[in-house]
Order: sequence, then C-alpha cells, then structure tokens
Amino acid sequence: MTTILPRKDVVIVGLGWTGSILAHELTEEGLDVVAIERGPWRDTAIDFNIGYAQDELRYAIRRDLFLQPTVEAMTMRNNTSQTALPMRDYGSFLPGNGVGGAGVHWNGHTWRFWDSDFRIVDHLNERYGSGRGADLTLQNWGISAEEMESAYDRFEYLAGISGKAGNIKGQIQEGGNPFEDPRSRDYPLPPMQMTYAPTLFAEVTRSMGLHPFPTPSANLSQDYINPLGIAMGQCTMCGFCERFGCANYSKSSAQTTILPVLMKKKNFEVRTNSEVLHLDLDVSKKHARGVTYIDTSGQEFFQPADLVLLCAYGLHNVRLMMLSGIGQIYDPNTGEGTVGRNYCYQTNSGAQVFFDDKNFNPFIAAGALGQTVDDYNGDAFDHGPLDFVGGAGINCIPTNGRPIQTRPTPPGTPRWGSQWKQATVKAYKATLGFSSQGSSYPARGNYLDLDPTYTDRFGRPLLRITFDFPDNDIRMSAWVTAKMEEIAKSFGGRQYNISPRRKGWDSVPYQSTHNTGGAIMGADPNTSAVNKYLQSWDVPNVFVVGASAFAHNAGKNPTGTVGALAYFSADAIRQQYLRNPGQPLVSA
Amino acid sequence: METHCLKRPTRRQFLSSVAFTVLAASSGPVLARSISGSLPWEARSADPPIQVRPGGWLFFTPEEVSTMEAVADRLIPADELSIGGKDAGCVVYLDRQLVGSYGASSRLYTRGPFMPGLPTQGYQAPDTPAQRYRTGLAALNAWTRDNKGGKRFFELSPDDQDATLRDLEAGKITLADNVDAKSFFNLMLSNVMEGFFADPIYGGNKDMASWKMLGFPGARYDYRDHVTKHNQPYPLPPVSIAGSTEWMTR
Repeated sequence: MTTILPRKDVVIVGLGWTGSILAHELTEEGLDVVAIERGPWRDTAIDFNIGYAQDELRYAIRRDLFLQPTVEAMTMRNNTSQTALPMRDYGSFLPGNGVGGAGVHWNGHTWRFWDSDFRIVDHLNERYGSGRGADLTLQNWGISAEEMESAYDRFEYLAGISGKAGNIKGQIQEGGNPFEDPRSRDYPLPPMQMTYAPTLFAEVTRSMGLHPFPTPSANLSQDYINPLGIAMGQCTMCGFCERFGCANYSKSSAQTTILPVLMKKKNFEVRTNSEVLHLDLDVSKKHARGVTYIDTSGQEFFQPADLVLLCAYGLHNVRLMMLSGIGQIYDPNTGEGTVGRNYCYQTNSGAQVFFDDKNFNPFIAAGALGQTVDDYNGDAFDHGPLDFVGGAGINCIPTNGRPIQTRPTPPGTPRWGSQWKQATVKAYKATLGFSSQGSSYPARGNYLDLDPTYTDRFGRPLLRITFDFPDNDIRMSAWVTAKMEEIAKSFGGRQYNISPRRKGWDSVPYQSTHNTGGAIMGADPNTSAVNKYLQSWDVPNVFVVGASAFAHNAGKNPTGTVGALAYFSADAIRQQYLRNPGQPLVSA
Repeated sequence: METHCLKRPTRRQFLSSVAFTVLAASSGPVLARSISGSLPWEARSADPPIQVRPGGWLFFTPEEVSTMEAVADRLIPADELSIGGKDAGCVVYLDRQLVGSYGASSRLYTRGPFMPGLPTQGYQAPDTPAQRYRTGLAALNAWTRDNKGGKRFFELSPDDQDATLRDLEAGKITLADNVDAKSFFNLMLSNVMEGFFADPIYGGNKDMASWKMLGFPGARYDYRDHVTKHNQPYPLPPVSIAGSTEWMTR
C-alpha cells in the first residue's frame, strides 16, 4: 500500500551537487522543498573520518561510498548487434551514492566548457564550412558561453576553486589558460603549490611552445569562506582524493559548501535511504503530480509536489524519465525520440615516463593538483587539414601513490615474482604519468534505453548502454596521443610507454565517471529532451539537471559545467518559471 | 532537529551480528530517515574498520591454507626487498575477505540470466569469490596431482610452482570443474596483491612491509611541509590506520 504524503512545493530526486544547489536556491525563494535520496546521510566528521578515511582497500577497492550494483546495475554492449549484459560490478565508471553523490569522491577538476562547445555546429560551420563531423550527431546546446559566465562564476566561488585565470574580460592573463573564454574575474583562490611531476611537465611543455597552466582545482590552495559563510581548510595533499571523502574539509562538495546552511532551513527536508521508483504523471502526460518512492523497510510513499527536479546522476535521470514515460525513447534506427539520445563518454589515453634519477614522491598529491595543456583541446587548433573534430586536454595530475592501484612498471615487466618486485620498487617513485582527456562526440548508434531482459530488485528494467568510441574520436585521440609521445620523448627519461585509446569500449578497467547525455538540452524539441533551462519539453513542471543535459562531452571534466547549469536552471525557475508555474519557458 | 529513525541498530548490536565480516559493516540495514532543521550528528555513529587478528581460519581448510600460502609466496617471494606473501599475512587477509561481503559478492549484481559475455562485458559467471576459491584451489591441486607426480601444489619445488603458475597465467592448463585457469590466476594475483599493499589492519602487509619497501608513508594525510621539496626523499617512516609498529608494546 502506498502512503500519500502532504504536498510539497518542490520534490528533488537526489541530494548531490545539483540537488543541493537547487534546494538552496529554491528554499531562498521561500518554497517548501523535500529531497529524496536513495543512499545514506553522509557528513565529514562521521563518514570521512580522519582516523580512517585514508583506507585504500575499503574506499578505492571495495568502494564503500559508491553505488553498489546490487542496488542498481546497468547493462552494456558496444553496438546493437550484441546482446547487452549487466555490468555485475561497476568498473569503467563508478556512480556515486548517498548525500553529496559523486561530488563526495570526485577529484575536483573544475572546468568551464567553451563557447565552441555550446555552439559546436555553428562554430564548426563558421570556421570550416559545412560538413565537418557529418558522421556524428553533433548539436548546439542552445546556450552560449556568455550566457553561462555568471553561473560558472557562482559555482567556482561557492566551491573555492583554486586556479589562474587565462582570460579576464578579453585580456589574456600570463600563466593561465589562454584558450578559455572571457571570465569576469579571477578564481577565488590562487593555484595550488605544485608537486615535482607537474612542475617538470610545465617546464617541458613550455619549452616545446605549448601553454601549460595550473589545473583549476576544487582541492583548496588556502583556507576559504564561501559566499554562504561556510569555512573550508587548506588541502594537505594527502593523496586520498578520488574515491574518498575528504576528512579535512578541503575538497569542495555539497557537504563542505552548501549543506551546513541548507540543513538548517525550516523549509527543507531530506529523506535518505529512500529510492524514487518513478515520477507520476497525470492523464494528459504533460504534468507531473509528484514522485513515488520506497524506503529501506519496503514501505512505498507518494510525494505530491508542484515541481519535480531530477537531480540524480545523469544516467539515473535518464532511466527515471524512461520509467516514468516522460518523452519518447530514442530509436537509433529512425533517429527519432529524444530520451537516451547523444550518450557520450570520454576518450582518454595515457603516457608514462620512467626515470632512473628522479623521486616524484607520488603519495604527495591531490585529486586536481597538476598542470594542463589545452593547445590540442576542443577547437583550440586548426582542424582544417585534419580528418577529425574535437580534441583533448593533456593533463599531468598525479593524484596518488596508493600502492594497491598505483604501481607503474615498464612494459614487459612480469606481474609477479622477484623481477616484478624489483621493477616495482624501482619505478614507484621515479615514474611520471600524464594523460589526455579527450572529447566524446555523439554518434547515431550510441544511446541509452531500457534493457529488455535484466531488472533491478524492484523488477524495473535496468538502463542499457550501447556505446563504442566513434571513429572520429579514435582518430582524434590517436592524433593527440602522437603529440603526447613527442612530449614524453622530451622528458629525457630512461624509457616511456604510451597507451592509446582503441575501439571497443571495455566496461571493466576504470576510465572515467563522465557519462553524459541522454536527456540533452537544445533549442528544438524534436532533437532535445530539455530546453536551455533544463526544463522538460514534454512535462514542463519537471526539470532534469545534470550531465544528462550535455549535447556532447568536451575534453574536460563535467562538474564545473554541471554546477553552472544547476545555477542557470535555478535562476530560470526563480525569475521566470515561478511567475507562471507549469508553463514552458521556451515555446516549442 | 527532527530526525525519525526506525529501529536503527546500534553499532555494537550490528557488529555482534556480523562478528566475522570485515567489510560488510557499512552496508548494514540502515533504515530510512527524515532530516530537517540542522545537521544530524549522533555520538558513536562513525564506522571504523575492524582490525583483523591473525589466528585460526574462518574460510580456508588446512589444505587450502597450505596451497594459498605457497601461491602467495611465489607471487610475492621473500627476498632482500621484503618478506614473502605468506609471512606478510596475505592469506590471513584473503581468508577474512572471503567470509565477508567480498567473498559473497553481496554488493554485486547477481541476478540471472547468466550468459557468457564478451571480454568488454566483464565477469558474467554466477560463482562468488568464495565459491571460486573453493573450486579453484581443489582443481589446482587435482591438476598437479595428475601432472606433477602425485603432488599437491604446495608439495612442489618452488621452481615447479612457478612453472605451474606461469601456465595458469597463460591459460595453458585445463582445470577440472570448468575452472578458467587464467581467470582464477588473475583472481588470486589481485587478491594477494591487495593483501600485501592494503593497510595492515586487514591482516596482510605485516609491519607495513610493502610500504617500507616502496617508501609509501601510509596514513599520514598531511604533506604540506614537503610539497615543494622536489626530488628529495620523504623523511618519515610509514604509519598505518592503527598507528606505527614502533608505537606498539611487544
């Protein structure tokens, strides 16, 4: 039996970065807001305890803070000729779980996407004439970098991002990223102190004529009090960042930047360990009445609300739309349907340089402490003579020396025995790694839908991911990786190793938790699921917030853009939607 | 603050009910709660790890112990760099893991149908790690008995053990009971390495042997005073979550 609860103004599905931002903004508006969170309550003192937060086995290998496949798995295949099977353990990507979401255990690279991303089709046509990327399903996002600037600025100041501006109001700044779009002011904090490996990377790449700059980081270079009055501490470079909660209040997350203020509000409530099963639509299918959720005792509830915000991980947003009958599910045969469309990922490759005479102290590290070169990212370089579009940031961001997972050895080293041990000891401190994080562009055959066979513990179909790296992206990555090989040679180490990206996305080895698309934003309801304000075209009192809205993925980490989109959407709700609730903000 | 919490077991009650599970603690039956009005905080609600104490075997039989110890000592042999896998406690580590949530795959998706998958789709068999060790170690000993003069794996010479492991790794051996040699070897390798390099509280990495070998300082958590000392050795020895060997009374 379903218990019907008293109505709320707003129900939010998921209390991670976006849910917390939206909840804060809408409670400021005086609305009565409830968030339904599948995972547990989590906070620094208890759950990221300084006495045992630095436990590689528990948090990185057994992944205590992550979504467990027994709660929700997904199926995968590389193309429609294969039968999708469940990822029985998550490997290639690791969705978050609990209050704070993936923002608890991220590394903290905080980027702005470029105008040439948001206006990608127009931009490519303007620069190269029409026809570039014809084998892809690239779409404009329906927004511009100029529109997004203040939203990015707010997220960066909320989170205390440490970095160096490259372009303030059109003036190129020495030491920053010269390829970024104009920003209104510098980052709230200066860059982090550099460890040895990124310092060397900056020297080498600069001598090659490239433009290294400190990676914008949500690991704080100094103590900081954010605009909500919440204090954070300086990062200690402990080397336990990605996959871990931060015990030092030094990594930006909902816990360290919003929740201390949000949780005190009388008009906010979170219900944890409660999983939303679906949104309930009225008979017209154009209005959501609220959400149905189930708690861990198996009790089902209906929470009526005027406004429903999907703020779960992007992939879960898409699945909930499908399970709720919001919009038409994408069909790769016809190209019709908007939900599940333009699923993208990240096209990465790696390089290692082995030295005899250097000590990098790899354990002195933070998730986003490093240097980046953007000369070959996005459309920062001329693609005129090239057979691909897109690019990659090249990052030297050694995040850790945790020894279960971080034990580089030169190619050809045995995996065990005395020789393995000798090579491991020799390489542990003397290896410099860097990587490319490449764009992932949409292709017709890459999409999300519901699996016909496999179900979750409530009998609901799992999400099915059909994905492989498009040929364009493989060509892009090969070209950038050749540039990385030039860099690797220039270090003058004993030997180097290059790991290029190959066709055949493998769900087992970890690659990136940057799954994007599936409920993309745009100007045309025939090719996008949400408008530029992330409002559903089909059900206007539903907003779908997250990387699910990305029309493609750039060669950058998504969180900065996810946070900015949350503010952009919140502004639209506060300033426009609430004047005419239930109405579309953009006419179709 | 308003918080409703139905029958949330205390940590003590919960631990006593799962006395032998090492890592299952945080996946316990925490019930739904509603939080509003302030940040919730409850005394003793943190969830520290439970330290493994050597002594006795909770999963492995005596023959399995001998076999696994021999395997661990070949994967990580004792030499001038460190003690071997057996003395480091890798098998104690594994024994405790296999009676916990890891051994039972309790966090994984274990619904059927089970179908053979493509390599890109990962492990698709229904067997849990505990089942795989039970079957795999028996199959390994059966193979050496049939092919190495009637001896079980741990009765072979170190050179013969190495040769057998190399053949397992390369998939050159066909084991009984449909045990995939390569995949079973990879399972043992990754688990033994976990035990060797994990914090010593989990039973392996005795006296932080692997961390001392690498120069990994362990749980120190603050390197601000050494960040800009590029290319200079870090001066301090490792500490574990449970402290330092030097701090302990003997």
